[in-house]
Amino acid sequence: MNDIFPNLAIAYGEIFLAVGAMVLLMIGVFKKNSVNLVSWLSVAFIAVALFLTVVSVSGAAFTFNDMFVADSFTNFMKILVLVAAALAVIMSREFFKLEGDDRFEFPVLMVLATLGMMVMVSANDLMALYMGIELQSLALYVLAAFKRDSEKSTEAGLKYFVLGALSSGILLYGCSLVYGFIGTTNFNAIAMAIGNLGDSSAPIGAIIGLVFVLSGLAFKVSAVPFHMWTPDVYEGSQTPVTAFFSVAPKVAALALLARTLYVPFGDMSASWGQVVIFMAIASMVLGSFAAIMQTNIKRLMAYSSIGHVGFALLGLIAGNAIGLRGVMIYMTIYLLMNVGMFVCIMSMRRKEEGMVEDISELSGLAQNHPAMALAISIFMFSLAGVPPLAGFFAKWYVIVPIVTEGYYTLATIAVLSSVVGAYYYIRIVKIMYFDEPAEEFIAQKSVPMKLIAIAAAFLVVMFVVPQISNPVLSGAESAAHSLSQD
Amino acid sequence: MEIGIEHYLTVAAMLFTLGVFGIFLNRKNVITILLSIELILLSVNINLVAFSSYMGDLVGQVFTMLILTVAAAEASIGLAILVVYFRNRGSIAVEDIHLMKG
Repeated sequence: MNDIFPNLAIAYGEIFLAVGAMVLLMIGVFKKNSVNLVSWLSVAFIAVALFLTVVSVSGAAFTFNDMFVADSFTNFMKILVLVAAALAVIMSREFFKLEGDDRFEFPVLMVLATLGMMVMVSANDLMALYMGIELQSLALYVLAAFKRDSEKSTEAGLKYFVLGALSSGILLYGCSLVYGFIGTTNFNAIAMAIGNLGDSSAPIGAIIGLVFVLSGLAFKVSAVPFHMWTPDVYEGSQTPVTAFFSVAPKVAALALLARTLYVPFGDMSASWGQVVIFMAIASMVLGSFAAIMQTNIKRLMAYSSIGHVGFALLGLIAGNAIGLRGVMIYMTIYLLMNVGMFVCIMSMRRKEEGMVEDISELSGLAQNHPAMALAISIFMFSLAGVPPLAGFFAKWYVIVPIVTEGYYTLATIAVLSSVVGAYYYIRIVKIMYFDEPAEEFIAQKSVPMKLIAIAAAFLVVMFVVPQISNPVLSGAESAAHSLSQD
Repeated sequence: MEIGIEHYLTVAAMLFTLGVFGIFLNRKNVITILLSIELILLSVNINLVAFSSYMGDLVGQVFTMLILTVAAAEASIGLAILVVYFRNRGSIAVEDIHLMKG
């Protein structure tokens, strides 16, 4: 496998996106007023990368000295990441047109961050893992602080940078310990080395290293107790950035977390199982209780995303292909709900005030904008997990595997925290339908935004129909089996 | 006294701890935090190079090279964000960074 020339074919998507980002940057620099062009080109590039990724991979393949892997699991996750990125760029067009401050760096940074996420998803070596995470993070730090003249946005960027750099440092320290005590950085080789230990337990240094790596990754998915940056960054960043943050990096980091836990450290599940169980419980509980007090809708979505990550982690705890399938279904549905919800949040705009973010501003929305109120209610009920909407199935597919594995307490806590979470989701529906109407929002004119919201709402409602859910289920099924060998 | 791997690891562990404490206990300004981050990354480099030479395996040193370059990029982005932050607030004191809470 150590060919002199690496097999580039399975990395065509990444290579194309890397070159594409440079091209976009050049167009942006040398052509005046090219924001629109760069943005739509970046969407086109992401679409091409998606196409290349899907067609160039069949079965599991390794390249670049086994540092890079492509199989149906990476394909599934990359499709989610790329779709989320493309939608975020499309959503940002409308926002920046209205907000002014329209700069071509935004789509370029989005493409670079997306490239980092693709590398994360495909990483099969601690070095590739680190490079992917850093490429993603460095672009995201800048995106968080993108509104240069806003105190809130720069503060969000600064906070994200400091805590992100700290988590990268912790992750790296873990990597160095794993390298030192196991003797290699390659995932397959680590798995083999740990497998060869047989019944004797792994060296203590390797276990500490694993815990450090796990903490660093938990930060990237914003699982409790490494979540403290999430609400501030979500609130401070501009809304399209928040929409991007809440989906794509989480999908990529969860994919990386799943691979790290299942492939190199699959035989050490006794060591990481406890840690992941703690993170899942803490995230679910904090996500549902802390959100109750929130008045800012983006902050609310931040706590909601923390809670959802807790649920997604449940699937990893099951430790088998069915649980993994649950994680992937969860992330797919989470993407739909969040993208749709953020389109609605971006429509909360008035003539004089610009964007408004207070939940109380939604009051009486059902009278002024019945369609938007209906869409928000669909997303809210789905996020709460009310059947027959998609959010219910997302929770179903992660809770069933842990029940069959015998984690009854965990499943009970999950269901209870979902009930608590339902309070604050459904409170928004109550505000929209039963409170005194607030001043009207500007009607949404952009066709792409409307289409995204309608498509997301349609899919969330119709997920119960087998013809719509089957492609996701079967895709996740085969992807799960490619990662977990059972 | 023979200097072995454990000495290097101890130094690295001390630097790492110093870095982490530097971030959490520091109440003065953000530059100190940037320094602490560099300290953490350098402690990792010491670890990797020590393991690499102990095992006679070059991968650790390659990793160190990657970390060095990324650390430079990270520091430059951090300083850039710090500059725009300072332009808005006129201060980089850690206790002033509290616009958003809760």
